[in-house]
Amino acid sequence: MFHGACESRDGQRPSSLSSFNFSEDKASSFCPFRRDSPSLTISRRPKEQSSYTVEQLVAVNPFNPEILPDLENYVNEQFEPERMNTHIVARILIKFEPERMNTHIVARILIKALMALPTPDFSLCLFLIPERVQMEEQFKALSHYLETGRFQQFWDEAAKNRHFLESVPGFEEAIQAYASHLLSLSYQKLPRSVLAEAVNMDGASLDKFIEHQVANNGWIVEKEGGSIVLPQNEFNHPELKKNAGENVPLEHIARIFPILG
Amino acid sequence: MTTTYDFEDTPSNYDDVQRQGGQDAVYDPNFVPDSVKSFVVHMYRHIREKNVYEIHQMCETSFQTLSERLFKDTPWPSVEAIAPYVDNDHVFCLLYREMWFRHLYARLSPTLKQRIDSYDNYCSLFQVVLHGVVNMQLPNQWLWDMVDEFVYQFQSFCQYRAKMKNKTEQEIALLKQNDKAWNVYGVLNFLQALVEKSTIIQILEQEKEGLEQFTATDGYDYSGGSNVLKVLGYFSMVGLLRVHCLLGDYHTGLKWLQPIDITQQGVYISVIGCHIATIYHYGFANLMLRRYVDAVSEFNKILLYIYKTKQYHQKSPQYEQLLKKNEQMYALLAVCLSLCPQTKLVDESVNSQLREKYGEKMMRMQRCDDEAFGIYDELFSYACPKFITPSAPSFEEPLVNYNQDAYRLQLKMFLYEVKQQQLLSGVRTFLKVYSSISLAKLANYMEVDEPTLRTILLTYKHKTHSVGSDGKVISNADIDFYINNDMIYVVESKPAKRYGDFFLRQIAKLEGVMNDMDRIKLE
Repeated sequence: MFHGACESRDGQRPSSLSSFNFSEDKASSFCPFRRDSPSLTISRRPKEQSSYTVEQLVAVNPFNPEILPDLENYVNEQFEPERMNTHIVARILIKFEPERMNTHIVARILIKALMALPTPDFSLCLFLIPERVQMEEQFKALSHYLETGRFQQFWDEAAKNRHFLESVPGFEEAIQAYASHLLSLSYQKLPRSVLAEAVNMDGASLDKFIEHQVANNGWIVEKEGGSIVLPQNEFNHPELKKNAGENVPLEHIARIFPILG
Repeated sequence: MTTTYDFEDTPSNYDDVQRQGGQDAVYDPNFVPDSVKSFVVHMYRHIREKNVYEIHQMCETSFQTLSERLFKDTPWPSVEAIAPYVDNDHVFCLLYREMWFRHLYARLSPTLKQRIDSYDNYCSLFQVVLHGVVNMQLPNQWLWDMVDEFVYQFQSFCQYRAKMKNKTEQEIALLKQNDKAWNVYGVLNFLQALVEKSTIIQILEQEKEGLEQFTATDGYDYSGGSNVLKVLGYFSMVGLLRVHCLLGDYHTGLKWLQPIDITQQGVYISVIGCHIATIYHYGFANLMLRRYVDAVSEFNKILLYIYKTKQYHQKSPQYEQLLKKNEQMYALLAVCLSLCPQTKLVDESVNSQLREKYGEKMMRMQRCDDEAFGIYDELFSYACPKFITPSAPSFEEPLVNYNQDAYRLQLKMFLYEVKQQQLLSGVRTFLKVYSSISLAKLANYMEVDEPTLRTILLTYKHKTHSVGSDGKVISNADIDFYINNDMIYVVESKPAKRYGDFFLRQIAKLEGVMNDMDRIKLE
């Protein structure tokens, strides 16, 4: 007689292939809809703790429809300029429950995604929003201008939607950071006018911006001509590019330590 | 625009199984031919004795032969009919039913009731694995087939459900009643639960430090335990990648795949279907995320692998799928290389096959006109996964078919990206020719004004430099440049030979061979 590895709980042995107790109440077995969400009280927690719990929340319970209202509150309440995991939130709010969608929330997520450039958050969000709900052309236009480096047109268009964009603090700064990033990839030295157009500043405010960059990010202003010298990196100074072939990351070598040891 | 997007199953109007199949075949679910009797008895014995090799043979060969001979267009005998021959073993019955439904989906069209029943069967089976201590060792091929089929049936259900137009009253009622069946949350949660409960991620981590054996034994457990949960957990990661690609969430899909290092050997290679599915979805996700270099190098490797080994799989039931995916990946490779030309990443044999199949189309794609768009559209539609809309349908009149919506959205976003990139091919041709050129001159040649040229150059930089999830910037460009006030200096990057990787791989391989030889001696 074959002895399976099961302990008879109540004398039953329905399978010699598993010790799963089939007489268990169905309700106690695995339920694919996790209701043990730890943070249904998120909206009642103090603000500083909220962002921490949302990340946790999403990590622990990414497929739980119960957390949707919490995420909506999060999008509404959170004003931190730092990058929110927009595509995670977008996925959950938009993809699974399009009828629960709140266009205001969607718009806010898209603005946040724009601010996250150069990471592809915005495209990621657009992959997830069903076509019939996709926002009006204004967002598409804004993202198109940013993706194709047309900063002048971007700022013009943004000015027309000022009231809306201003509802998300840090928007201007985020776009200016993106502009600086793109410029540092491309230029070793660039004329002041080009910078002015890209960050939509001039005169005194532009001077202040440049000063800030000089102090924090290694920019240099040339004495004659006023051109701005951008910090050296491997993209605008090809000689700095590390020869990738000769570098082997430590983790790869670590893999053969057990063999060598 | 939807010409090449086809569907695998047709809407079924049958209410009971007996009307399916050929005119001669009258299906009696309770009739058990002798060959089937002996099949289940032997299979049950092999599973109890953990004879993995025999189980594998029975699944791959005997099952197929019997299906071909006796069940060409009818289902196998019902599980109630065969249960007495296997001591009414509950778990065996779940496994049998899994195969039963898989056969049904492959040869016939499942009804709505059958789809729901199949989901229930998977739920029960996974619950056993997740909650109980399973006392079996099953072949990796079967375990992969379970996960693969689970995802496939989910995709098939979503496609079926989205075609609301011709549904009968009963079907609609049944759908409303069973809203939990093949619910996207359920599917995802099961896959995630398998990954978590098996602690496969930690196992893989510890394996790197030499504290665990998993890949070395192909996932099998030689110390008397069971491989089922661990290997199901492992394959579920690929399953999750696949589901997220179907939903259009590429970033998350890739995150789920992260614990598996596809530059190294792994259990995913042990089953050819898994290997191909992994690389196909990985490559596709990277293509949509604009990480063309990653996509190209992985496609190249797998296409080379298939080219060398496909003759060994001719007898396998997955051969046709293999060939189909092979063709699709060539199409995706053609798309990637047109958007991001990289001559040195592609192996010679793969390159020659590529030229043969898509050489002319690739030339046309690299031009900036409407014809190029048409070809991008065609290739994308041919090669893309069958995207789905996960949400439940609206049951209000008028009923519409929305099964194409997801696909149309992804296609639209893809073509939108292509459009933005088409601006760049002009720049690229000029950069190839000059080592340095002034902005004014280049603007003149390209017949645009200087500010527009600056924007084009910025676009080039943006599109060719992708930002990884860790914030690092990686350059995809074969031709790069930098601007010094008014002069553009062109830099051509030379990909360096990666000796380090090659040696590491060979060292690991040799170690594997020596371990194998040691093991032989001990037995």
